[in-house]
Amino acid sequence: MQIIRNRTVYDVVIVGSGAGGGMAAKVLTEAGASVMMLEAGAMFDTRRDSKMLAWPYSSPRRGAAIPERQFGEFDAGWGGWTLEGEPYTSAPGDRFDWFRTRMLGGRTNHWGRISLRFGPDDFRRKSLDGLGDDWPITYDELKPYYDSIDRHIGLFGSNEGLPNDPDGIFQPPPKPRCYELLIKRAADKLNITCIANRLSILTQPLNDRPACHYCGQCGRSCASHSNFSSPSVLLPPALATGRLTMVVNAMAREVTVDENGLANGVSYIDKTSGRENHVRGRIVVLAASACESARLLLNSKSSKFPHGLANSSGIVGKYLTDTTGTSASGFIPAMMDGHPHNEDGASGAHLFMPWWLDNKKLDFPRGYHIELGGGRRMPGLGTGGGMHRYPAGGGYGTQFKDDCRRYYGSTVGFSGRGEMIPNENSYCEIDPTVVDRWGIPVLRFHWKWSDYELKQVKHMHETFRAIIHEMGGTPMSAMPTAAQQYDIAPGGRIIHEVGCVRMGNDPKTSALNSNCQAHDCRNLFLTDGGPFVTNPDKNVTWTILALAMRTSEYIANQRKAGSL
Amino acid sequence: MTSRRDVLKILLAAPAATFTWTEAEAAQAAAAARTARATAKPFVPKFFTANEYKLVRTLVDIIIPKDERSGSATDVGVPEFMDFMMIDQPTRQVAMRGGLAWLDVDCQQRFDKIFVDCTAAERTAVLDDIAWPAKAKPEHAHGVAFFNSFRDLTAGGFWTTKVGIEDLQYLGNRSVARWNGCPPEALKKLGVSYE
Repeated sequence: MQIIRNRTVYDVVIVGSGAGGGMAAKVLTEAGASVMMLEAGAMFDTRRDSKMLAWPYSSPRRGAAIPERQFGEFDAGWGGWTLEGEPYTSAPGDRFDWFRTRMLGGRTNHWGRISLRFGPDDFRRKSLDGLGDDWPITYDELKPYYDSIDRHIGLFGSNEGLPNDPDGIFQPPPKPRCYELLIKRAADKLNITCIANRLSILTQPLNDRPACHYCGQCGRSCASHSNFSSPSVLLPPALATGRLTMVVNAMAREVTVDENGLANGVSYIDKTSGRENHVRGRIVVLAASACESARLLLNSKSSKFPHGLANSSGIVGKYLTDTTGTSASGFIPAMMDGHPHNEDGASGAHLFMPWWLDNKKLDFPRGYHIELGGGRRMPGLGTGGGMHRYPAGGGYGTQFKDDCRRYYGSTVGFSGRGEMIPNENSYCEIDPTVVDRWGIPVLRFHWKWSDYELKQVKHMHETFRAIIHEMGGTPMSAMPTAAQQYDIAPGGRIIHEVGCVRMGNDPKTSALNSNCQAHDCRNLFLTDGGPFVTNPDKNVTWTILALAMRTSEYIANQRKAGSL
Repeated sequence: MTSRRDVLKILLAAPAATFTWTEAEAAQAAAAARTARATAKPFVPKFFTANEYKLVRTLVDIIIPKDERSGSATDVGVPEFMDFMMIDQPTRQVAMRGGLAWLDVDCQQRFDKIFVDCTAAERTAVLDDIAWPAKAKPEHAHGVAFFNSFRDLTAGGFWTTKVGIEDLQYLGNRSVARWNGCPPEALKKLGVSYE
C-alpha cells in the first residue's frame, strides 16, 4: 500500500483534540510553533450539530440512545462503549468498558463540567499512608496552572477553605434549586459538607463568551459557548494564530522514530479514504486519551523499542484506574405535587458534597464526593416510568395518569464518585490476536476491584440512604449486598479512566518524567490523563488541562532554549 | 483535510443568537407532523401485526385514558411511537411480542376470548392481577414484568409529547436571561429558604 507522506515538517504533531490536545495546541501555537493536530473523529459544528433546546417530540425516538450516541440522540457525544469496527477485549472473567468519543473536541463536548482541583494530599498519598504512589509534582507546582485555567476558561464555585479541596478563582455560583436546599438541610443535619458545585459554566461573560442561559443542557453542546469544551474555548485562539492545521477522521496508527530513537512523526489512516498517511514533526504530543495513547505507544514498536515506545520500564498500560461509582434515588413525599416552575438551571447540580470524613476512622482508605440530581427536569422517556417503585405501587387508568403528574419531580438522586487505589491487576495491554478494521492491534483490559473500593461504595449507599431518610423519603431500590459488590459500576463506566502511562522520577517505574516527557524519548510528551499517578475523587478534566498547560509551556521553553 | 478557513468559520461563528433555530425547527417539525396526521392514510405498523396493534391501541388507552386535562395515549400517537421504538431498539421485540401473547393466552384461559374481545369487567380482572407487582401472585410474574415495561413505555411515549409536557406543567427548555433560583411559592411548598 502506498503511504502518502506529507513533506511539511511541523514543529509539533498532536494526536487528539480534547482537553489535553486542545490545550497543547493553544499554548504551543501561541508560543509560535507550527502544529498539526490529528483527530480520529469527525468535524463537529455546534450550529449544525447541537441539539440544544430540542424537544423530545422533535424526534420519533424522543431522545433515546442510538448506537452512535449512547447517552441519547440529543447528546453531543458521538461515540460510546462500543464503536463499529473498533473493538477491544477483556481478559476472561474481567470487565472493563471503554468509552470513546470520536469527534472534534472529544469528550469535552458532552462532559459534566465538574471542575475540581486535586488537593495537596492527593499528590502524596503513598507518603501519607503507604498506599498507591506519590506524584513527582506537588499541588503548589500545579497551582499556578489551575489558576490560569480558572481565569481563562472560567467556572463557578465558592471558596470554602477546605484542606484538600482547594479553592479557585470562581465566578458566583447560581442559587440552589429548591429541592437542593432540602438536600442541604438534610446534609447539614448529618454533618455532611454540602457546598456550591464547581462547574465550568459561565455565570458572567468571559472573553467574548456570554453567560449561561440556564437551559440545563450542557451535554448537548452549548451553542452559545457558555460552558467549556475544547472546540469552543481552546481551538479558536489556536486557529487564530494561523499556525494550527487540523485533520479530522485521522486514526493514528503509530509514532515513528528516527535512527537516533527520537520521534519524527505519526502515521495515520484517513478514515474517509482508507489511505495511509505519515506526517512529520519535530515533537510529538499524545493526547488521544489515556488508554488510546497507551495503545499507540505499545503499537509503536521498532528495533530500538521492541516493547513499544517509552516502554523500556514495561509500565505502559499498567496501573489503569477509573473513578468508583454507584447511585441511588429516593422518593421524597414533600416534593410531590410540586409548584410548577422552571428549575433547569445550569445543567448539573448547583450543590455537591466533597469528601467530609477522615479515612483513618473508617475501614476504607480513600474518599468520595456526592453528586446530586432530581426535580422537575425536562420530561424524557423515563417520565412516569417505574410507578411500581412509588407508593402507588403500579396501576393504570385515570388514577395512574394523575399519579404520574403528582409524582413528577418528586425524586432525588445521588451518585458517589470515589478514589480507586491503583493496583497491579488493573491494566491494559495489546491483545495478541485481535485488530481493528484498519489492522491496528487493539487493547485487552484486565480489571479487579479491591476491598478498598467495595467498602467505599458500600459507605456511599449507606450515606445516600441516610440522606433520603433524613429528607423523609424512601429509597427506590434495596441496599445492594456484598454479593452484588454493592452495585459498584463496572470499570470504565464512570469514564474517568486515567493513569496507564504514568509519570515519575524513576525511569524503571514510570514512562514519563515530571514534565510528562518520555524518559526514553525526549521529544515525546503526553497531555491527556495517561500521566496520572493516582485518580483522586475529583473529576479529572481540570487536572488534565492544568497538566497539559504545564507540559506545553515546558515544551515551548525548552524549544526556545534550544534543548529540544 | 479540512481547511483552516473552514474550521475557523465553524468554530468562531457560533454566536449566542443562533440557538433559537432548534425551537423554530421543532415547531416546524411539529406542524408537519400535525398536517401529516390530519391528511395521511391510516397508520400501518411496521413491527406489530394487525391483531397485536389492535391490542396495543386498546391497552395504551386503558393505561392513559382521556381525562379533563388531556387526551388519551392514542390521541397523541403513543401506538405509532411504540411501533417505531420496536424497530429502533430490536432487543425489545421478543419481550413485547411475547408479553402481548401472554396477555391474550391468559384471557383465553380465563374467558375463552382474546383481550380486545373481553368485557370491561374481564379486562379489569386480568389487569388487576398484574398491575400492582407487590400484590401480584407468583404465577402472574411474567405478566407483571410485561406490564411494568409496557406501562413504562406508554408513559414515556405520552409524557414526551407536546400535550404530555404541557400537562405536566414543565416550564423549562428555554433561554433564561437571569437565574433567580426558586420562586417563593416553590420555596414555601418545600419549607425551605435562601436565608
